Amino acid sequence: MILARQRDVPLDKDASARFLPWLIAFMVYLATLALAAAIAVSNVAQAWDSGLAGKLTVQVPPSPPPSAGDSGRGQTARVDAVLDALRETPGVRSAEQLSQQEMARLLEPWLGAAAGSADLPLPALIAVEVVPARAPELASLQRRLDRAAAGTRVDDHQRTLGRLLEVARTLQLLAVLVVALVGAAAVVTVVFVTRTGLSIHRNVIELLHLIGAQDAYVARQFQRHALRLGLTGGLIGLALGAATLWALARWVGQEAGAVVPELTLSQPQWLSLLAVPLAATLVAMLTARITVLRTLARLS
Amino acid sequence: MRSRVEESGLVRFDQVSFNYGPNAPVLRDVTFHLPPGSFHFVLGASGAGKSSLLQLMYLWQKPTSGRISLFGRDVAQLTRADKALMRRRIGVVFQDFRLLDHLSARENVALPLRVAGRYTSGLDEHVRELLAWVGLGDYLDALPPTLSGGQQQRVAIARAVIARPSLLLADEPTGNVDDRIALRLLYLFEELNKMGTTVVIATHNENLIERLGHPTIRLTGGDSRHPAIAHPPVLPAADA
Ligand SMILES: Nc1ncnc2c1ncn2[C@@H]1O[C@H](COP(=O)(O)OP(=O)(O)OP(=O)(O)O)[C@@H](O)[C@H]1O
Ligand SMILES: [Mg+2]
Repeated sequence: MILARQRDVPLDKDASARFLPWLIAFMVYLATLALAAAIAVSNVAQAWDSGLAGKLTVQVPPSPPPSAGDSGRGQTARVDAVLDALRETPGVRSAEQLSQQEMARLLEPWLGAAAGSADLPLPALIAVEVVPARAPELASLQRRLDRAAAGTRVDDHQRTLGRLLEVARTLQLLAVLVVALVGAAAVVTVVFVTRTGLSIHRNVIELLHLIGAQDAYVARQFQRHALRLGLTGGLIGLALGAATLWALARWVGQEAGAVVPELTLSQPQWLSLLAVPLAATLVAMLTARITVLRTLARLS
Repeated sequence: MRSRVEESGLVRFDQVSFNYGPNAPVLRDVTFHLPPGSFHFVLGASGAGKSSLLQLMYLWQKPTSGRISLFGRDVAQLTRADKALMRRRIGVVFQDFRLLDHLSARENVALPLRVAGRYTSGLDEHVRELLAWVGLGDYLDALPPTLSGGQQQRVAIARAVIARPSLLLADEPTGNVDDRIALRLLYLFEELNKMGTTVVIATHNENLIERLGHPTIRLTGGDSRHPAIAHPPVLPAADA
């Protein structure tokens, strides 16, 4: 087994063998959390996106604006006119008015029990589903519905959704930035640790060269060291990260469920977090190898 | 037909001068060539430049001027990778042993095989036999710091010969052992020589040299005012 191989360069007694795993653990911890946050946010954005695809909301105001000519018509008649207009529109699959109870349920978190009272001047809401491929053009639909009942508004949620997706993208960018910074810090640390190791063990490395070792042989010694430290640190960091995420998910589930949309990860997404310590180990190994080869090549 | 190596010598120095810095000349105009299968002593007072001469031969130092060729190749032309491969054919007993303190005697001796990718557990038997032969059969797993100077020296010798080198360079290989063991070690070198290894031993022990009667490269001078020169400039090259 590689981990049990004889160590020609006694790196495991260096100070680096003690502190590097913890440093890597900390970095992997940060990267794991950042990545999990990015994944969760993109899950939410996607859920909103697909949930709202093909859906429009039409608002019919409770009473027409004073300028409009159709004063006197009741709300019910106005809503029926809009519903008729909608159902005649090609590409509209269905159009249903939200019932009083549904409206009350939606408003309750903001208005409390008053939401149920019938004398609040609420607009009527119509949920419209369209066939995405044949969706009616928004501006002309808006004009037609305004003719049916003045003041009617069509909302395809794109503005809200766009802003949400923007937030999600910013968070993802931030996560990438965190991962990149942490990765760069890891590379610099491993370069430093490797150079230190090369100078601490200069005599041993000289001897290896004197008896015919290629630079790659020496590099392998450092690579194996980096592999051991990287894996140890990476797994510690991942374990701490997973524990944090699990605690967070539980807290979100219990306390904040109503306010924050679900921030949970799917099973493959949990697995993809495994890639973080593995990537860290790979980066550490490659960095150690390149550092050794470049340093030794300068010697001749 | 004679090979290039046989014609020009396994080790060939042409007008080689060497200094550690501008003010420390060590060797001046050293010219000699050692045929394959030969056995030579390098003799000189302390500080005369014996170790420096060997360092040039095992590619640890570069000549300040002049030309060195080994195994028929000009060493100035070798890449780092070439040098590593060439060093696998050269066994060296260093004056200061250079054992790895964290490895056992057995692991130290096996190191040249491992480095060359030739080590298999079957070879462990050879390693043990060789250590037993130099009188260290009871110290296979001892770490060098727990061994006496003479014991360390014998581990170093075993390491130098384990891979059956074509060229063996030994720097004071008997400096730390009594005469009985010294003779036994020299016998080992002679046996290797009989099997074809070219041997060069640096020493200031004239006794030893008389006893074995091999040709000698003498270094005289060797302080900063009088850099060492070799006497005689051994055997003019066949093609010169
Ligand atoms: N690394 C070095 N830097 C500068 N000068 C050196 C170095 N090594 C050796 N010298 C000098 O080179 C000269 C030759 O040294 P060298 O070690 O080759 O002598 P030697 O013949 O092997 O001596 P000894 O018999 O004591 O081992 C000495 O004057 C020494 O001071
Ligand atoms: Mg010396």
